[in-house]
Amino acid sequence: MRPDPQKSPSLAITVLVSVGCHPLTGRGRRADQDARGVELARALPLAEVRLLHAGVLDAGSDAALRGYLGMGFDALTLIEQPESSDVVPALAEVLADHPPTLVIAGTRAERGEASGLLPYLLAERLGWPLVAAVAEVEGVEGGVATLLQALPRGQRRRLQVRLPAILTVDSAAPAPRQSAFGPARRGQLAVHEVGEAVPDAELVEWVEQPARKRPKRLKIVKAASARDRFKAAAAKAEGGSGQVLDGVTPEQGAEAILKLLKEEGVLRR
Amino acid sequence: MSEIRRRDPRREWIARNRLHRDHVSVLAVLGQGNTPSEWLGPNGVMRRNPHAVGFIGPNGLKRIDRSGGQQGGPATVATGTAASDSRQAVTIEAPAFLVAVVPDMSGGRLSSHDRDLLGLARQLADADPARPGAVLAVLFGSHKEEALGEAGVDRLLHLGDDAYEGYAPEARLAVLAAVERDLAPRHWLLPDSPLGGADLGRRLAARLGERPATGVWQLEADAEARGKNGSGWRCTARGAANTRDFLRPLPRVALALAECAEPVSETRHAAEPVTLAQPLPVLLSRIADLGPVAVDPAGVALAEAGFILSAGNGVTDWEGFHHAAKLLGATQGASRVAVDDGHMPRHRQVGATGTWVTARVYVAVGISGAIQHLQGIQSCDKVVAINRDPGCDMIKRADLAVIGDAALVLQALVTLVEQEREEKRHAA
Ligand SMILES: Cc1cc2nc3c(=O)[nH]c(=O)nc-3n(C[C@H](O)[C@H](O)[C@H](O)COP(=O)(O)OP(=O)(O)OC[C@H]3O[C@@H](n4cnc5c(N)ncnc54)[C@H](O)[C@@H]3O)c2cc1C
Repeated sequence: MRPDPQKSPSLAITVLVSVGCHPLTGRGRRADQDARGVELARALPLAEVRLLHAGVLDAGSDAALRGYLGMGFDALTLIEQPESSDVVPALAEVLADHPPTLVIAGTRAERGEASGLLPYLLAERLGWPLVAAVAEVEGVEGGVATLLQALPRGQRRRLQVRLPAILTVDSAAPAPRQSAFGPARRGQLAVHEVGEAVPDAELVEWVEQPARKRPKRLKIVKAASARDRFKAAAAKAEGGSGQVLDGVTPEQGAEAILKLLKEEGVLRR
Repeated sequence: MSEIRRRDPRREWIARNRLHRDHVSVLAVLGQGNTPSEWLGPNGVMRRNPHAVGFIGPNGLKRIDRSGGQQGGPATVATGTAASDSRQAVTIEAPAFLVAVVPDMSGGRLSSHDRDLLGLARQLADADPARPGAVLAVLFGSHKEEALGEAGVDRLLHLGDDAYEGYAPEARLAVLAAVERDLAPRHWLLPDSPLGGADLGRRLAARLGERPATGVWQLEADAEARGKNGSGWRCTARGAANTRDFLRPLPRVALALAECAEPVSETRHAAEPVTLAQPLPVLLSRIADLGPVAVDPAGVALAEAGFILSAGNGVTDWEGFHHAAKLLGATQGASRVAVDDGHMPRHRQVGATGTWVTARVYVAVGISGAIQHLQGIQSCDKVVAINRDPGCDMIKRADLAVIGDAALVLQALVTLVEQEREEKRHAA
């Protein structure tokens, strides 16, 4: 079966994948958000998905990258670079050579600085629009993609973005499929040559240390006297601050509640 | 009032006779009760009369209040007003530099994250008292925050245009770029919160060509860093999925986590409006916001729901309750009693042994407000209580309390909402 090029042109998607880090063992794995990005791309009809990674290739990263191949891919394009090089120029070069319609990336990496800046730098460099926190791609039609964006509190927002575009995916996107062992072993890591790697000079100068536990914020009571401090410490629920409607009909009460709900903007229209 | 001063010789006598039973109360009446217990003796020695300490309480018992004020009731009122007035008003006329802050203003108000960020901005601005900086807040869309000055804002750039409502990162970025061009702030601070500052801040950094510090949670003055890039500050930033800290000089653009600094509480600032020198260019947005999508509120996890209708032992009409929740689009919660009685599933329980909720609006229907339940709703913004008992603890916690039968009030609310929707449908 050959798709009709006129009617249904295939959709070229590049998913940027990185080497993740297991939160407990610290071992390399496929990064969770990137895997979700791959899943999102796979779920699109007529998608031609290409995986792209820039970084070192050693035993650890090999196993992690094969995790993506196990999601049903024959090959993954790999830009080999020494440790702590800037990946943005290399990725931008590859993307500019073969511009896809959509680029999907995770929101933040699981190793290194993990500033989450990479998609933004790529978008700025390529001049493409970027949409953050995409939960679902509803459709691509006529050079415009319709997306669902994940908002805090489980809410969703529908957006339309002109293609080509960069999307980032966070943990609200659908969970990735399992990585199958056989395809992961058989898949190819196709090394792609680009120009000279640019070392990240600034990162080397910073002091890196294991995350310290953040101090818990104390409730500071500003009181002049011991009596006020005692009162503040012993106080139960504060009274008198709220409005109490006593002896009203249910209708009046309901009206007051409705007014508050509207003011807060929680009521669905 | 007549001008004639009337004397009461008996009272005067009692006031002189400090051994008299009514001495203190008479002093209080005569308005001389300020220092009856302490005076400077003829030899310059402080003399004390321990019997004169305190006052006679309403039950005829002597009360001693060591808080400094003489009488309990009025004294605390006085300290309360004094506390609110003690905040020092600060106006910075000619700031040496600007610290730009772009708060999220989720729900149209400063979030606690925004307040922390403004506290951080104040640290940067006020570091050198000789050359104070000003904090510039850039707000998008409409907002209902009145206390911006109290949160530490000196200058306010408010863009209330509709173009900035919803998801409009390109339009907002254009404004920030214009601010950079016109006002050239020394620091840019944004909250590293999903979809708010995290998105906009990274766009800004990419546009300005600055390498931002993300996940900043600590800031220290550091002379070494001053030599290097002139910022004079060193920050600690979280990275690598919250497992590593990076100590680095503070760059121009920083995205800070919640609780990065203490919010401003001791000063009041001017929040003077400013405008941009040049009109903003009209730009064609490549991202169109088609508005929110209705999600099933039952599918939203209780811990992150924004609007919760919660049922307690006072709910009798469960059909009506479920219907009301569905109509209002609220996620359902419950007290432990309602769960134990089998009216609601266990994962809907709010409280110490249930879920800690963070809703913007929490409506407690027939819940008495046991401490275990109140713990779970500590971080809710607005609490509405519907209860029959005006003395219960939930009423004390609530911002709005309606005393009445839960079933009737809910029924009235449902009718009201249905009516309004009907009218809207007819109007449309
Ligand atoms: C270790 C421990 C852990 C606990 N953890 C939790 C927890 O996580 N979450 C939790 O919720 N509880 C918890 N509890 C239970 C808690 O102490 C209370 O028992 C419970 O919260 C009370 O639930 P309630 O307010 O629904 O019921 P009640 O205390 O019975 O209150 C019912 C309220 O409804 C009002 N009312 C009655 N009829 C009507 C009517 N027709 N119209 C309007 N109002 C009416 C009454 O005036 C009353 O205020 C815990 C208890 C213990 C000991």
